[in-house]
Amino acid sequence: MTLVISLTLFVLAVFLGIELISKVPPTLHTPLMSGSNAISGITLIGALVSAGTDHRALTTWLGFAAVVLATINVVGGFVVTNRMLEMFTTRKPKRPVAETEA
Amino acid sequence: MTRADFIELGYLVAASLFIIGLKGLSRPRTARRGNLIGAAGMLLAVVVTLIDQAIVSYWVLAAGLIVGSAIGVVLAVRVKMTSMPELVALFNGFGGAASVLVAGASFVEAVDLGLVDTETSTAAAATAIIGAVTFTGSIVAFAKLRESLHWHGFSGIRIVNTALAAVSLALAAMVVIDPGNTMWLWALVAVGSVLGLLVVVPIGGADMPVVIALLNSMSGLAASATGFVLNNTLLIIAGALVGASGLILTQIMSVAMNRSALSVLFTDAPSASAGVDADEVYAGKIRSTSADEVAMILETAGRVAIVPGYGLAVAQAQHAVSELAKSLEANGTEVVFAIHPVAGRMPGHMNVLLAEAEIDYEKLLEMDVANPTFAQTDVVIVLGANDVVNPSANTDPNSPIAGMPILEVGDAQTVVVIKRSLSPGFAGIPNPLFAADNALMLFGDGKVAVTAIIKALAEA
Repeated sequence: MTLVISLTLFVLAVFLGIELISKVPPTLHTPLMSGSNAISGITLIGALVSAGTDHRALTTWLGFAAVVLATINVVGGFVVTNRMLEMFTTRKPKRPVAETEA
Repeated sequence: MTRADFIELGYLVAASLFIIGLKGLSRPRTARRGNLIGAAGMLLAVVVTLIDQAIVSYWVLAAGLIVGSAIGVVLAVRVKMTSMPELVALFNGFGGAASVLVAGASFVEAVDLGLVDTETSTAAAATAIIGAVTFTGSIVAFAKLRESLHWHGFSGIRIVNTALAAVSLALAAMVVIDPGNTMWLWALVAVGSVLGLLVVVPIGGADMPVVIALLNSMSGLAASATGFVLNNTLLIIAGALVGASGLILTQIMSVAMNRSALSVLFTDAPSASAGVDADEVYAGKIRSTSADEVAMILETAGRVAIVPGYGLAVAQAQHAVSELAKSLEANGTEVVFAIHPVAGRMPGHMNVLLAEAEIDYEKLLEMDVANPTFAQTDVVIVLGANDVVNPSANTDPNSPIAGMPILEVGDAQTVVVIKRSLSPGFAGIPNPLFAADNALMLFGDGKVAVTAIIKALAEA
């Protein structure tokens, strides 16, 4: 893959990220941050390749440490975000469905 | 279809799931599903990566995944909602460190195999510096938020930081010019680590939301830079999405403090040296009140707005506040919460605490929505907030917080401020609100004071 294609993906993804996030209400800022933080643990898949290729001891150990750290980031991030969002569920009874039926 | 194509297609699906997940996270009703969709994307990404034929030693991977998952789950399940900023900072730091290690390992491998080109070395250098700063910066932020680190650095620290940033750039250039010698990369990681530490050390308290948001963005950018090292599309896309979302939050926080992210990082917090004397502002004008008196005022109030700040988290008063709101509502009073964007220590910190206390998120008003309503509000209760309700931001152009948007609680009929003492907030300046004619001070611990008010209401 050429550098130009990589850069194209990067720039388009930045614009997409800005579009996706710019209207998030402040109530969701913390879960958004911890959820996106978990996604940034995507470096885990790079860590898996580094740790698993058996190139030499140094790269295996660096990879192993990276797998552990990135997994904490990913698993902890998604779990804690879920824990927070569970609390955001409205406890009010749902509005009557009459509007949609009419 | 080759195995590599299959993996790439898996990554495409994972990237799509991340995008759908982030989209879901932007609305309260879909947020939980969004988070789960993101997690599904991650699981898919890991599974398709494992079929990569370059991977031979699965035991190492299994061990790493199990250890990491166990630690992650324990941390996530045990954390108190008041400590959420620390945990997010810590996870951020781990993500940054992982990116550095991955970029380092694959750079070493590429050097061994003689496959280094300028693209790889540039990307490795970028990952090294962004990831190292993210790692140590986040660890310092974590320690500061836990209040286990009180060091604010030394005089001239900003000059040292500028010098370190210049050294980092020089080392990054050496990584690209002389890629055969991996020592340049490790030296860059070392200098970047010191830089991250020293950049965050002088930053305190109320500036934390900006720092956390910025570190969040940088952990994404570090992952993206790692993607350039590995030629991995999913890392590039997912990292860029997170980088962009972190930048937006940083921007929102900066606007809410009327300071730029750069000035938070590279200049001292505005000091109160030229400011007004506290005695002059407060002398003879402070009216202290009691829980009984506050209960009496609340009994006849039609509309009450509660303004929480970091003090709410410190006092763990969210459940007491929720109880107060419920007893007022039982009395026929309308209760809302007015939340400043930088209240607390991370974006949205107050909202999470109030959600934990089972307060409906529809009762939490943003600053722009809340401000026009204070004039029709009978009582405002300020709990553990200070600078975000300080009218000097509007009236005193020499104030360190001049121009910062505030919650205009002074427009309400009565303002009750629950606070331990008259000590200044993070900005270090006196708050003329406390001396206003319609303001009453209820001195004491937030939780104790609110509980006393609830008791007085019940007895009345």
